[in-house]
Formats: sequence, C-alpha cells, structure tokens
Amino acid sequence: MFRLSSLSRSRDDLRPVDGALLAARQVALTAGGRRILDGVDMMVQPGRIVTLIGPNGAGKTSLLKVLLGLVSPSSGRVLRRPGLRIGYMPQRIQVDEILPITVRRFLGLGGRFDRDSLARVLREVGCDHLLEQPVQSVSGGEMQRILLARALLREPHLLVLDEPAQGVDVAGQGEVFQLIARLRDRYGCGVLMVSHELHLVMAAADSVICLNQHVCCTGKPDVVSRDPAYLKLFGKTMPAGMALYTHHHDHRHDLHGDVVEFDGPPGCDCHGPGEHEHHG
Amino acid sequence: MDDFIVRALIGGMAVAVVAGPLGSFVVWRRMAYFGDTLAHSALLGVALGFLIGLNVNLTVIILCVALALVLMLLQRQRRLATDTVLGILAHSSLSLGLVAVAFLEGVRIDLMAYLFGDILAVSHEDLIGIFIGGALALGMLAALWRPLLAMTVHEDLARVEGVRVTLVSMGFMLLMALVIAVAMKVVGILLITSLMIIPAAAARRLSSTPEQMALFAALIGCLAVAGGLWGSLTWDTPAGPSIVVAAALLFAVIFSLPGIALLRRLRTPS
Repeated sequence: MFRLSSLSRSRDDLRPVDGALLAARQVALTAGGRRILDGVDMMVQPGRIVTLIGPNGAGKTSLLKVLLGLVSPSSGRVLRRPGLRIGYMPQRIQVDEILPITVRRFLGLGGRFDRDSLARVLREVGCDHLLEQPVQSVSGGEMQRILLARALLREPHLLVLDEPAQGVDVAGQGEVFQLIARLRDRYGCGVLMVSHELHLVMAAADSVICLNQHVCCTGKPDVVSRDPAYLKLFGKTMPAGMALYTHHHDHRHDLHGDVVEFDGPPGCDCHGPGEHEHHG
Repeated sequence: MDDFIVRALIGGMAVAVVAGPLGSFVVWRRMAYFGDTLAHSALLGVALGFLIGLNVNLTVIILCVALALVLMLLQRQRRLATDTVLGILAHSSLSLGLVAVAFLEGVRIDLMAYLFGDILAVSHEDLIGIFIGGALALGMLAALWRPLLAMTVHEDLARVEGVRVTLVSMGFMLLMALVIAVAMKVVGILLITSLMIIPAAAARRLSSTPEQMALFAALIGCLAVAGGLWGSLTWDTPAGPSIVVAAALLFAVIFSLPGIALLRRLRTPS
C-alpha cells in the first residue's frame, strides 16, 4: 500500500500525486454545525478499485460529493489529475413521470458519442433491449445498468459509483460487482465506489477505505476485514472463519459515530486516527 | 376578420409558441409556483416603469430577475419551506405593486389590462415587441436545452458531466422573466403561468420525448388562444380568461379521452 502521508511529496497542489487520478488531503466537512468528515486522506490510482465502506451516516456519500467537486470541503483539498474525465453513477435516480424520456435520450444527455460506442457499451452492461423504453418503466437493476452505461459512454478515466448494487436483488449484486471489475479491466479506469455489500466488496476491491467521519482503516480487503476498527463497525456482519489479529486503538465511536477518546484503560497505545495504515 | 382580431390571434399564438416549450420545463422542474411568484411581481415592475419613465417591459424583466435572485438566495436557508417563501413573496410583491400603482400621480393605469391581459388591444408595436422577445426567448431556450434537460433529470450528475448548473439556472430565470414580460399583454400577470403549465401538462399524454412534449405544448397553446378568442367574440367574455378556460378544456379532454391505458402502460414497470 502507498503511504498516505506521502501525499505531501508533491509541492504543486494541482499536480497529480504519485500518479493518482484523484486524491483528498486532510478533507474536513462541516454542515449545520455537524462534523461530517474529518481529516480524510485518500487517493485513487488508475486501474484500481477503491471501495468506501462505513456505517450509515459515516459520510461516505458526502466524501464522494466532495471528491466530485459537488460540495466544497470546509478545509483540506481535493487534487485531481488535470483533464480528468469522471463517469459518475449517482445513488438513486428518479425521473418524474411528467417528463417523457426514453433510455436513448437519457443516455444522450451525458454527452455526445457515436452509434458504435453506444451499441458496444449497451452490450457490455446488457441493456440494449431497453433503448426505446421510457426511463420510468425500467426496473431498479436495469436503471443501475443504464446509469453505468451513461458513465461509460464518457470514456472515463475514473468511475465513481455510489452504491452501484442498490435496488438489485442478491443474485444480481454479485453480477454488478463482477461487471464493474470486468469494465475496469477493459477500460483500465480507476474505480471509486461506495457500498454496503461488504462480502461482495471484499471480493471485488483492490483496496478498502473504512470511513466513519475519519478514515478508520485502509488497505487490502483481507487486511481491513481483520482490523479492530473495522470489526468495531461491522463485527456482526463479518464473514465467519476469519482470523483475528489485534492492534491497539486510541479511540472508539459513540452512538452518533463521534470519536470518543478512551479514558485511558490500560494497554491502549495512542495512534492518531490516520496513522494506523496497513501495508499489504 | 377585423384587424384587431388578426393581431390578437397572431400575438397570442406567438406567445403560446414560446410559453409551451418553456412551460414544459416549468412543469418538469416543478416550478409552477415559482413562475407564478415571478409573474405576480411583474405589476411592481410596471409601476416602477411608469415611476422612472423607463420602458415597462424592461422594468418588468429587471424586477423579475431581481426577484428570482432573491428567491434563489432564500431557498438556501432552511428555516422556511420554499412554498412559504414563494407565498410570501408572490402576494407581498403583488400587493406592493397595487400600492405603488395607487401612488402614481397623473398616470391612469388600466389595472385590469395588466392583471388579466388585453389581447384585443394588441397593437402593431406590441406585435413587434412580442416577436422580438419571443424569438430571443426561443433562441435562448434552444441554446440551453440540453444542459437544462440534463440538470432537470439529475443535477449532480449533470454537474459532474460538465454542465455549469448555476449559469444555466440563471439563464432559465432570465428566460422566465422575458416570457412574463412578453406575455403580460396577452393573458395578464395573474394568468401567465397557466399559459405555460396547462398546455405542457396536456401535452404529456401525447408525447414520448421531451421535444415532442414541447412541440405539442406549443400547438395546444395555439389552439387555446384560437379557441379562447373565438369564445370571447362569440359570448363577449374577457379574452385572457377565455384563453385559459379553453386551455383547461383542452387539458381535460386530452387527459380523459383516450382512456387510462396509455398512462397505465407508462406507470407499470416492465
């Protein structure tokens, strides 16, 4: 794993960092007096799948919005490779019944592309039969594929997916993640996604960032899934039979997800939240 | 046919041709009440025009744009719901306009004409104004069409894809202000939004693409103008309201006639 602290190696903030497509440096976000993100460092490399996991209200979608430039961070900065083209797949899309629009027109809203690439992308995501349907008539899973197609038609350097398997049944979820991995191989793009489907994420991701306002832990899926910070957040949903390995933590989370300092129980080493990275 | 009827027909249809496509966006973006609020403030613009001796259409546009900006700012606060803010501004700006008109000395403003339109009094100069303003509005709408449609479907997605959302929404506000100023003479301040919304809503049943809906909305608007004028001449009813009644009738007919099958087919997911 790259060291997150090496972000500061580049002097020019607008220059790419370590060849990364996108990086966040000490990003914090406060909204309505509530702290949503705190000191987040992360990056996405070309051709790699990075998955953001975390409990509800952990700030996953907010972090995506900051990274996409939809929301400006209260402090810290987001670095993008110059000319970076992003294909974005939002969490949920609901087109009002009053707006008549076919899938074909919907795809066309994302930008201009030729007929061949349209046919190819539709084949890849498997929704070529839907082209002339009204957008409102397709199912949740089909809509996810259509959104993915719209993102791919932009020939993105980076795919940003907010819960790509949402509204898809369990059997379909595995397919979605396989599709994403296949598309990554085919397009060579970086992928940044948010997901709840922990076991599936663990299979598809190159690295996992466990977020709960700050970065709790980060690294390869197998390492993160054994991290105490991860276990604290997801302990009950962890697949059985995984070995435990412990290291010390300086904080725990209260019911609201706020970081609570330990009052000094014995044996608690003090690492800063961002320091316990893992080298895989 | 008498000259004034021909002028009324041409002017009314010109307005309908612009109001239909713009109204489609008003409907898609759920901005009916927003448009109404802007229109209500137009009377204040009229009073201002007389007060400072500027062209009334110009002051109406300026005031509508200013109000639109105030609304955009007010929507960012969360203490009051948007419809409350709109309600406050719509009625206070209309009342302020009425009060301001009362203060104007030496000028007799035909209040009814501004509130409910005076299409039968449309002059040659008015027609030229409607054509210029209408052509400008249609040109702007054509230029904004794709980005505006993209952000209507999903604002964040459009922004990531490179749409300059703030700029496009400002352009849209300006467009609404322009059309209100242009249409004021025909249907009046209180009824302008109906000429945008009713034909567009009626056109939904007949369309499967956004462009079709805009086109049908323009056509239905023209039919409403023709029908309303005919009714007005036949039964000696006020022209502006008659046009709106005709539009409402067309809406009712289109919405109920071909059965529910079409709607049901749209609603049921395959």
